[in-house]
Amino acid sequence: MGKNLYQKVWDDHLVGPLENGQYQIFMGLHLIHEVTSPQAFGMLKDKNLKVAYPRRTFATVDHIIPTDDQSRPFSDPMAERMMAVLSDATLAHGIEFFQPNSGSQGIVHVVGPELGLTQPGITICCGDSHTSTHGAFGCIALGIGTSQVRDVLASQTLAMDPLKVRRIEVTGQLSSGVTAKDVTLHIIRLLGVNGGVGYAYEYAGAVIEAMTMEERMTVCNMSIEGGARCGYINPDETTFAYLEGRERVPTGAAFDAARMRWARYASDPDAHYDDVVVIDGSAIEPTVTWGVTPAQALGIGERIPDPAAAEGLDQELMTDALRYMQLEADAPIAGTKIDVAFIGSCTNGRLSDFQAVAAAIEGRKVASSVRAIAVPGSEKVDQAARALGLHEVFTAAGFEWRKPGCSMCLAMNPDKLVGDEVCASSSNRNFMGRQGSSTGRTILMSPIMVAAAAIQGAVADARDVFQLEQTS
Amino acid sequence: MNDLAKRSGRGVYVQGNDIDTDRIIPARFLKCVTFDELGPALFYDERFDSQDVSKGHILDAPVHQGASIMISDTNFGCGSSREHAPQALQKFGFEVIIAESFAEIFHGNCTTLGMPCLIMEKTQRKRLAALVGQHPEAEFLIDLQAQTLIFANEQFSFTMKDSAREAFLTGRFDPLDELLVAKEAIHAVATRLNYSDHSG
Repeated sequence: MGKNLYQKVWDDHLVGPLENGQYQIFMGLHLIHEVTSPQAFGMLKDKNLKVAYPRRTFATVDHIIPTDDQSRPFSDPMAERMMAVLSDATLAHGIEFFQPNSGSQGIVHVVGPELGLTQPGITICCGDSHTSTHGAFGCIALGIGTSQVRDVLASQTLAMDPLKVRRIEVTGQLSSGVTAKDVTLHIIRLLGVNGGVGYAYEYAGAVIEAMTMEERMTVCNMSIEGGARCGYINPDETTFAYLEGRERVPTGAAFDAARMRWARYASDPDAHYDDVVVIDGSAIEPTVTWGVTPAQALGIGERIPDPAAAEGLDQELMTDALRYMQLEADAPIAGTKIDVAFIGSCTNGRLSDFQAVAAAIEGRKVASSVRAIAVPGSEKVDQAARALGLHEVFTAAGFEWRKPGCSMCLAMNPDKLVGDEVCASSSNRNFMGRQGSSTGRTILMSPIMVAAAAIQGAVADARDVFQLEQTS
Repeated sequence: MNDLAKRSGRGVYVQGNDIDTDRIIPARFLKCVTFDELGPALFYDERFDSQDVSKGHILDAPVHQGASIMISDTNFGCGSSREHAPQALQKFGFEVIIAESFAEIFHGNCTTLGMPCLIMEKTQRKRLAALVGQHPEAEFLIDLQAQTLIFANEQFSFTMKDSAREAFLTGRFDPLDELLVAKEAIHAVATRLNYSDHSG
């Protein structure tokens, strides 16, 4: 029997077994940012340890960075302190730091792929759960805690338990107006927020194979929201074409050699899987959340579920979610008024996200009741969008075009909801209080659906608002 | 009984499925460069309103002050990988977490910090949660080796991830020293892996 990609990468990176039954796994690439890493440098200092492989760690700043005025010192003294600690630590340990205005700063999960640091067949870790994003390239990409960041800095390895692998095949073809974001929300809705516990997810099938790399990143990004430890897609020609010519990717004969090596990591046709799930992609509708977990989602044409139809804790969970969201059971989700529209994040803050929205909103206006912000995922995304004039399309439509960062996805910078505002958001988490107000409400959706909601002032079907239905 | 296997203390039941790490520690408290001050911020937005007035959360109930064992429901600690969440729990005073299931990154973070995550099935957990409400003053007696728990004269059973249990029973829940021993083997893997050089 053949091996799946997870097994191949694991075998290649295995250092050896540990006494407690775990395994020591080598990490090919370590990415760090200002929120979860400064403490790890403190831990190293306490133990008098050095960074073992400084050229395998790369730093950026994304969570706390303001998206309006990025001049130093930042207006928030604690943000300034975190930035300074990271800056000093990277300098002291010889770690490359993609500083603001370097042309390479951005959200860590946007920066790695666009520079070509993220490559097939490698192991990647970062003190950030959305590290799963990088799995789009056919690598094992893991979110870790700060003590593990310390472990990787000190040893370039992690203590790990092996995972099971679930293959999720999305068959058929997506309808017009249905995006990668809808696919991932649909998967989480079906399998639950803890359905993936103990698993790596392998995404496959015609729908996944037809996706661009940016779409694949959106799918893998939210693996963690489904409880999976990581998610990946087998590398193919789409992967190699994306990587060719990127700044940190070899060129010429070295690229050809790398490409041959990368291709070998793809799961064998007779690979073993611990579980297989088949999902009909043709049936997926534009999907939005109604509750406070990403699994509390529904198709745009559906009605909000009634807790009375559920039992026990599920019923309590649904009732609590409806109370928090101030929504009524059995009402349509379409038409729910919004106050804020946010397009950005490591889920949907890449060039193609802004291109798709710009094409739709050109000549349209954001509703006067809506505060709309567009936040590119990186300086490179910002530059590319500006070169295409997208920022002008967004600005003319009534969006603010901001500087790169995580922004309102988790509101560690000044971009926050106020009170119980409702935000149509292209980000990844609709948890209570996630967007900076303890009573703020988040409705997750694709960028094009956020744009539709921004223009209507309420949750709406982008296919209707922008006449996206195929005429054939 | 092996001393490393013993845990004791008083308990509190924090009800809810899918309690995410944003709820355990809201993002604004992540603005720090050490974990030292996180204890008081635990579950802040569940415990206090926007004027910092107590909402009467169970964690602030006088009878549960000093509790070191938290019981919750399914998928505890989901979402963000922030180690700030287990750090806040630990600094608040918790030493053991009991739930029906745990999110994996959270579980790993707790283990490394020396805080066992005990997995208890629904019927027993509900019974235990009810008893803790009735007897907030009573002491738990937990045996990680036997995977049993005695509370208010009733015995309960739980499971643990094998590697985590082994780590606690040997007292080696922080893997760093063992990881560092393998220096030469690490170097051999680094050399064998024919990665393209990332550095520009």
